[in-house]
Amino acid sequence: MHDATGVASIGWLMIGLPALGAALLLLGGKKLDKAGPYLATLLSWASFVIGLLILLQLRGKSPEDRGMHQHLFDWITTGKFNLSAGLQYDQLSLTFVMLITFVGSLITVYSLGYMEHDPDKRRFFAYLNLFVASMLLLVLADSYTLLFVGWEGVGLASYLLIGFWNWNPAYATAANKAFFLNRIGDMGMLIAMFVMFWAFGKVDFAGVNAGVEHAGKGTMLAIGLALLVAACGKSAQFPLQSWLGDAMAGPTPVSALIHAATMVTAGVYLIVRSHVIFNASEDARLAVCIVGAITLFAGAVIGCAKDDLKKALAASTMSQIGYMVLAAGLGPVGYAFAIFHLLTHGFFKAGMFLGAGSVMHGMNDQVNMRRFGGLWTVMRITWVTFGLGFLAIIGFPGLSGFWSKDKIIEAAFEGSGWKPWVFGLTALIAAGITAFYMSRMFFMTFMGKRRWTEDVHPHESPLTMTIPMMVLAIGSAFLGLILGPTGIITDWLEPVVGKHEGGEHVLGAAPLMVATFVLMVIGVAMAWRMYWRDAVPVAPPVGSPLTQAARRDLGQDDFNQAAIQRPGLHLTRALVFFDNKVVDGVGNGSAAGIGGSSARLKKMQNGFVRTYSLTMLLGVAAILGAVWVVR
Amino acid sequence: MSDFPWLTTLGVIPLVGAAVVALLPKGATRNVRPIALAFSLLTLVVGIVAATQFKTSGDNPQFQLAETHSWIPQFGVSYAVGVDGMALSLILMSLVLVPISLLAAWNDIPEGGRRQQSYFALLLVLETFMVGVFAATDVFLFYVFFEAMLIPVYFLIGMFGGPRRQYAAVKFLLFSLFGGLIMLVAVIALYQQGPGGDHGFLVNSLTGLHMSESTERLLFVGFFIAFAIKAPMWPVHTWLPDAASEAKPAVAVLLVGVLDKVGTFGMIRFCLQLFPDASKWATPVVIILAVISIIYAAIAAIGQNDMMRLIAYTSVSHFGLIVLGIFAVTQTSVIGSQLYMVNHGITTAALFLFAGFLIMRGKSKNITDYGGWQRTTPVLAGVSLVAGLSALSLPGLNSFISEFLVLIGTFERYPVAAGISVVAVVLAALYILLMYKNIFTGPKQQLVAAPDGTLAMAGVNGQGGRPSTGVTKTLFDEPDTDIADIPAEAKVRGSAIRDLDVREKTVAGVLIAIMLFLGFFPKPALDLLKPAVRDTLQHVNVHDPAPHAGVTTEGSSK
Repeated sequence: MHDATGVASIGWLMIGLPALGAALLLLGGKKLDKAGPYLATLLSWASFVIGLLILLQLRGKSPEDRGMHQHLFDWITTGKFNLSAGLQYDQLSLTFVMLITFVGSLITVYSLGYMEHDPDKRRFFAYLNLFVASMLLLVLADSYTLLFVGWEGVGLASYLLIGFWNWNPAYATAANKAFFLNRIGDMGMLIAMFVMFWAFGKVDFAGVNAGVEHAGKGTMLAIGLALLVAACGKSAQFPLQSWLGDAMAGPTPVSALIHAATMVTAGVYLIVRSHVIFNASEDARLAVCIVGAITLFAGAVIGCAKDDLKKALAASTMSQIGYMVLAAGLGPVGYAFAIFHLLTHGFFKAGMFLGAGSVMHGMNDQVNMRRFGGLWTVMRITWVTFGLGFLAIIGFPGLSGFWSKDKIIEAAFEGSGWKPWVFGLTALIAAGITAFYMSRMFFMTFMGKRRWTEDVHPHESPLTMTIPMMVLAIGSAFLGLILGPTGIITDWLEPVVGKHEGGEHVLGAAPLMVATFVLMVIGVAMAWRMYWRDAVPVAPPVGSPLTQAARRDLGQDDFNQAAIQRPGLHLTRALVFFDNKVVDGVGNGSAAGIGGSSARLKKMQNGFVRTYSLTMLLGVAAILGAVWVVR
Repeated sequence: MSDFPWLTTLGVIPLVGAAVVALLPKGATRNVRPIALAFSLLTLVVGIVAATQFKTSGDNPQFQLAETHSWIPQFGVSYAVGVDGMALSLILMSLVLVPISLLAAWNDIPEGGRRQQSYFALLLVLETFMVGVFAATDVFLFYVFFEAMLIPVYFLIGMFGGPRRQYAAVKFLLFSLFGGLIMLVAVIALYQQGPGGDHGFLVNSLTGLHMSESTERLLFVGFFIAFAIKAPMWPVHTWLPDAASEAKPAVAVLLVGVLDKVGTFGMIRFCLQLFPDASKWATPVVIILAVISIIYAAIAAIGQNDMMRLIAYTSVSHFGLIVLGIFAVTQTSVIGSQLYMVNHGITTAALFLFAGFLIMRGKSKNITDYGGWQRTTPVLAGVSLVAGLSALSLPGLNSFISEFLVLIGTFERYPVAAGISVVAVVLAALYILLMYKNIFTGPKQQLVAAPDGTLAMAGVNGQGGRPSTGVTKTLFDEPDTDIADIPAEAKVRGSAIRDLDVREKTVAGVLIAIMLFLGFFPKPALDLLKPAVRDTLQHVNVHDPAPHAGVTTEGSSK
């Protein structure tokens, strides 16, 4: 890799500027209450501009020659563990830079309107800047350890923003839950680094990648699984998925940016970035596929039962990231499509979340879709932009999701044996379910009859909010078409993730396309019948056992509570008791014992000569006896 | 300048300060605090100058800035001081923490009078002993400082602590003396094994002795028990939560942040250096105890309601990590442990002092008495969160680098121990963030201090606090700018809770600046420690395992 030249040599400013913004806003005090948000927005766009210039610089070179590396400073030098902080500009990281800075800046603009009346908005924009800086560090880092700094940094930003309105105890709990489950993932990340250092003596990408060919299968499997645990935490994948639904407690722009478009996809980035490791371990890839398949299916099922607009979108995010993880687990055939779907999803899901925010803005912050309906008459822009996102995610022919998601389904069917059938059919059927729950969401919110509460007067949101929505809607519509069928995205990423020679499919592309389309139509039609044509009851019906289970997130919280939380509480209590009574008791007990015996011994000092002479006699006898025995 | 007795000077300045503070005439007692602070700052400045005399590159003897004078030649005792990188870094940390603690302790004792004089004088005396114990290169001198430190701490806890101060102070003293006396036996026995002579107690004279196996093991155990109590490790840790909880926050900082380091410092300087073979023999047991400390104390911390005790337990857990790194004896883990000693001092100081700021306002150490304080004291909430994040080793803050190095270095040799210990990162998130949540988040409370020092909710039904006269005047003597937020009822009582003032912000700002600096740029500290680690590994004669699947060349950095 070359040393960074040109614009790339100031590439660190992409991270530095938003970080500076965060620091200024947090330390600036009330003086910056007015100007702060604009400063934050400006710095976010500045990062985008720098990123764009570097992207153009990369495009100007031949494909194999594009990667650049920038040494920042010697970070940890201990003699054996030596690591410098450096940034890596290649096709993969720049793709993410574009997504993060562009969508991030749009959402910052949106927040100018959305958070206008919040007294703490300076703090909010500071956290947004902190997030952008951390996320850019995550994708630009040249080593796992530096990546980990960004990785936990986005976790911190996520924690702060989920708990932004933490005077509501439930929101504070949601923030903690997200941090705890992410920390379990982080443990995986740490273990992955431990094994890397143990095996290769390195934790930077170049060093690890160079060592892979010398390592055994077991080592690679261990690293792969540990990285998968990390990805599960950050990307809300089974079994660490339960925090994402609760994370919707954060302000809606946060849900759009962090919990839909960027941060939660970091797990996918991690897997694709570590493709050399996963290429070397088929078992690790299989584990990735299984996790992805379970999550994409479970998320889709949960999405069908949620009446809370944001939670339904969160379930959908889980499911869509499941698709990406599945694609990444498929190996070289899927890496590029995982990233492709990640990009398009970033646009349409962020757009829909912003739409949800716009709906809430007009509906007094309500989120219950059973109290929506018929909103298309009063919120035309939101309706259209959300509608484009909706069509994109269900894979309506021509729109973004059609190009990216169908590619994943197609890739899942490649290969032989049982795997393509299991993963392929899961992905295929879940696509039908996706069409159902997304249509349900769209129809319940915008179509059908009005079921509003008395006190709401829905209205369209201001332009600061709708313009970002429009931009994202355009992306939802055309991004797939521009990048997919033209081969731009696959060619662009090929030097990083490797080329894939087409393999055998158990099911051809044409029948698959038809099947996907038919399932989508069935899903939409069923939703149309239940949630548009028929009246939607304001009170949720009891529903089948499956619906009830899905409403309870398929028991994920119940499981965590029964298996971890409650035993943990008992363990903590028992241990504190043990510590106070037993461990401390031994110390205090021996002190008391000494005290007691000295109290008894004290009685011997009674001042009577006869007692002392008796003691003396006994002593002399004892000594003489001892001498006699020894002789 | 190289012959200047830097270390002796460092020890003498605070001692002079203590004398000045203690002997101030009645009329001048207003100046107790500024004088004490000035002396501690002067010590810090001299300490920094001394540090510039220390050479990190080139081939240096183990101890630099060394001074050796005969003291009791009949017994081979010398006054010998000198520092390696580890000792110097700990001395510098102490010199930084003392003025910060003094500043934080500004209003601990009512102004004027002998009590305040004694308090600040004792703190300065303690600083002298801290320098001495880390700088001593004579085993007997080390022992003298080791025991002498107990005296000022005993009085600081016993005279100025909370309601159970007597119990805590005696408990602290007995545990420490128990370990100390065992060590004394070992110290004398060690001298018997050495070459003897006028300087027979020098560390250098006692390094690399040939002892019988059982003697070496017995001596190791004698030293180790004293250090394990000091550090403290499970199961001899129970004195620490009591002492930390009853002591004033500033005293707790110096006790847990500095004095306890003598334990882990001693393990490296004496256990590993003087008894390398016995150390190897004991390693399995020590590693198990360290892992138990890490996990056990972290779980115990989750279950605490007294925030000072909670912080004390987090320290026990972190000390477990430090010991783990020391006894894993890899280049990476040992340097991690040495850096952790410094980082832990900074982080614990922040935790104790910020908790102290909160307790000053809330008049309670119980976490359950709080809630919603972020709305009332946003700055205090913010700095407390940063301190907490440092304690849970968030990357970008100081503790992460050291914890990471300890674990990754330990994993090279003991993957299972490191694998179990890594669970601590999840447990740390639990104890820190649950505490933060219970104190700072939730609905805003209108707090009014009642005369009996407890807090009551004001407002809703008016059954809240009674008219307050009991609030210390010093706390609230500045005009309140946020008074508009407080309901009229509370305003009358004049006891609104205020956010941090300039003095407290200075304390917080300095600590957080150090955390960030060491988090992103630990190189100066690591450069200081590297030669010390190399010496330690040479003494123990252990080599790092080679990368298991690597073709990498040693030391090539990427």
